Amino acid sequence: MLEIKNLHVKADGKEILRGIDLKVNAGEVHSIMGPNGSGKSTLAQVIAGRESYEITDGEVIYQGKDLLEMAPEDRARQGIFLAFQYPVEIPGVSNTYFLKAALNALRKERGEEEVDAMDFLALIKEKMKLLGMDETLISRPVNEGFSGGEKKRNEIFQMVVLEPKLAILDETDSGLDIDALKIVAAGVNSLRSPERSFIVVTHYQRMLNYIVPDAVHVLYEGRIVKSGGKELALELEEKGYTWLEDKTAAAVNS
Amino acid sequence: MSTETQKIEELANQEYKYGFYTDIETDSAPPGLNEDIIRLISGKKKEPEFMLKWRLKAYKHWLTMKEPTWANVHYGPIDYQSIVYYSAPKRKEDGPQSLDEVDPQLLETYKKLGIPLEEQELLAGVAVDAVFDSVSVATTFKEKLGELGIIFCPFSEAVQDHPDLVKKYLGSVVPHTDNFFASLNSAVFSDGSFVYIPEGVRCPMELSTYFRINAKNTGQFERTLIIADKGSYVSYLEGCTAPMRDENQLHAAVVELIALDDAQIKYSTIQNWYPGDEEGKGGIYNFVTKRGKCLGRNSKISWTQVETGAAITWKYPGVLLIGDNSIGEFYSVALTKNWQQADTGTKMIHIGKNTRSNVVSKGISAGHGQNTYRGLIRISKSATGARNYTQCDSMLLGDQCGAHTFPYIEIKNSTAQMEHEASTSKVGEDQIFYCQSRGLSAEDAVSMIVNGFCKKVFKELPMEFAVEAQKLLSVNLEGSVG
Ligand SMILES: Nc1ncnc2c1ncn2[C@@H]1O[C@H](COP(=O)(O)OP(=O)(O)OP(=O)(O)O)[C@@H](O)[C@H]1O
Ligand SMILES: [Mg+2]
Repeated sequence: MLEIKNLHVKADGKEILRGIDLKVNAGEVHSIMGPNGSGKSTLAQVIAGRESYEITDGEVIYQGKDLLEMAPEDRARQGIFLAFQYPVEIPGVSNTYFLKAALNALRKERGEEEVDAMDFLALIKEKMKLLGMDETLISRPVNEGFSGGEKKRNEIFQMVVLEPKLAILDETDSGLDIDALKIVAAGVNSLRSPERSFIVVTHYQRMLNYIVPDAVHVLYEGRIVKSGGKELALELEEKGYTWLEDKTAAAVNS
Repeated sequence: MSTETQKIEELANQEYKYGFYTDIETDSAPPGLNEDIIRLISGKKKEPEFMLKWRLKAYKHWLTMKEPTWANVHYGPIDYQSIVYYSAPKRKEDGPQSLDEVDPQLLETYKKLGIPLEEQELLAGVAVDAVFDSVSVATTFKEKLGELGIIFCPFSEAVQDHPDLVKKYLGSVVPHTDNFFASLNSAVFSDGSFVYIPEGVRCPMELSTYFRINAKNTGQFERTLIIADKGSYVSYLEGCTAPMRDENQLHAAVVELIALDDAQIKYSTIQNWYPGDEEGKGGIYNFVTKRGKCLGRNSKISWTQVETGAAITWKYPGVLLIGDNSIGEFYSVALTKNWQQADTGTKMIHIGKNTRSNVVSKGISAGHGQNTYRGLIRISKSATGARNYTQCDSMLLGDQCGAHTFPYIEIKNSTAQMEHEASTSKVGEDQIFYCQSRGLSAEDAVSMIVNGFCKKVFKELPMEFAVEAQKLLSVNLEGSVG
């Protein structure tokens, strides 16, 4: 599904990602953990195609294609979805209108007709119910005035409507209450299938109780310094990240 | 330069789609302005003596005036002696009695503009008074409206058929001495629309005028007068385009609205004059005076404008709130791109008690566009309990354009309640990226973001025109993004 090789990324002249290697097969869930500022969001945004980052080395292959050559909207149309750590507000544009435009863009790419208005309504009603969304949110402008938790839930709502092939969740669990966390996890799990992959960025092991990962990676100062199974998340919760510093030094020296 | 800026700059380059020229025989006056030209215009229109006198009075006054320079716009000197003040499509007989008699080429022009008259007559329920250069070409729906006592006709016809109404109200809101361009218009105006809604009548359809400047070196000086008698209601829409030309063309119109007791006038404009090319060459100078008078108690006048065209726009549709409890509204979207300049806003003059005004202005600048909001709110001593709400937002696309705000507030009555909100935002790279990450192109993203920004104004437009306005804005923002 996705293969990242030796990815180096700069922002404003500063090197943020310093050689990332990551392989995600179809059907897998990978979790990325790591301290603040280690580059998790940078990695997520580079995969989604944010142009303000400078890619200095490495490659990213998605479904056999050179992802870095593709415009962000083409990546989305090919099935990549990023749930933002900080979802963006678009004043005056209703959530429904926005989501319908997005869905139609994806359908067009697949050679399908624009979604029928009634079908769309039925679809979003169903998904809103799945995520326990307040119905008024959907007619309000995109993310405008939404609470932190509502914004996160709205990202997952978009995801379940758009049904991506590769979904990247950037700290979707941060700011969610316990019940919301379970609901969001249920939303993610409802999409899990052998054809679909997830990259889940999180600070908390708790999330991974609900969305059980196939692999956990630790991102530290722009490198993946440790990978393991879901037990690694528990270990991190217990020990924090400082014990990894020695390993980083070792990695740099090697 | 950031990617955002690059994108947006490319975006600002979009060609004008209404730049065709219609080759028809015209009957024109020689260029230049003097008393003889004014007599010629008046004569061509077979005007009664009072009209000619009024024109000459305005002309004499205009000669004593200087062109205003206070607006935040820049342009070379205008040579008023090189302008043609009268140009009319030559007609076989004395004028079309019905649509069948209108020059088919002219009708074709309107089709290109997207206003097929016959179709509109049947489908949209829109009565159109189409002004082509200086004369009204055809007025649809006249009979149907006539049954209700509504008068909707070319101004020149009203002067003939309803001289008393014209005499009573012409210049009563915008006097012939008002300002340089209004005085010029008073002297040389060639046509425009006249509307009278009788007492208690709710006009059953949108009344609409399309203006088009076609002939070369022609100024368009139309004059519109709308009178809503007691308890009546009318919604009026005006649209405008012009062919692409290298020279600048002058458009100096005057619109006067009068609302009597409990009457309501809704006036909407979609202005898409030729804005000039990417280098800023050519384009229409849109120097317009629009004013409404809420003369009666509980009367209401709303101006809604979507200004996307013209090289320079200079207009301040305002309302004189004279009747107690009267309401004035101004909703505006102004887009400036390439080298366009707009200095626009409103004047709300509160005179009666408990008068209210509501101002929502949305300015969008792209390319090298310069967008100025200039608004005056005056609460007179007599205006006890007056209230004003002003919201004035600017959006910048790119970093070479500008947004400026000049609010003037004069309060002479301490009971006034004023509320003012202002903001300036940039279409953020984060907003565009968010849309892209959901599969929308950067172009669609910008169009969606800008339309969202303007929503509060668009929802004031009649339904079908709101759709039109959104499309127009998107088309104007289109470019080679990618
Ligand atoms: N556009 C930018 N310009 C300069 N520095 C940047 C830019 N984007 C990110 N950075 C820096 O890169 C580092 C990594 O940021 P990133 O957002 O990827 O961290 P993160 O791992 O997601 O952190 P958190 O857990 O706090 O969300 C930070 O030090 C950040 O300040
Ligand atoms: Mg982050």
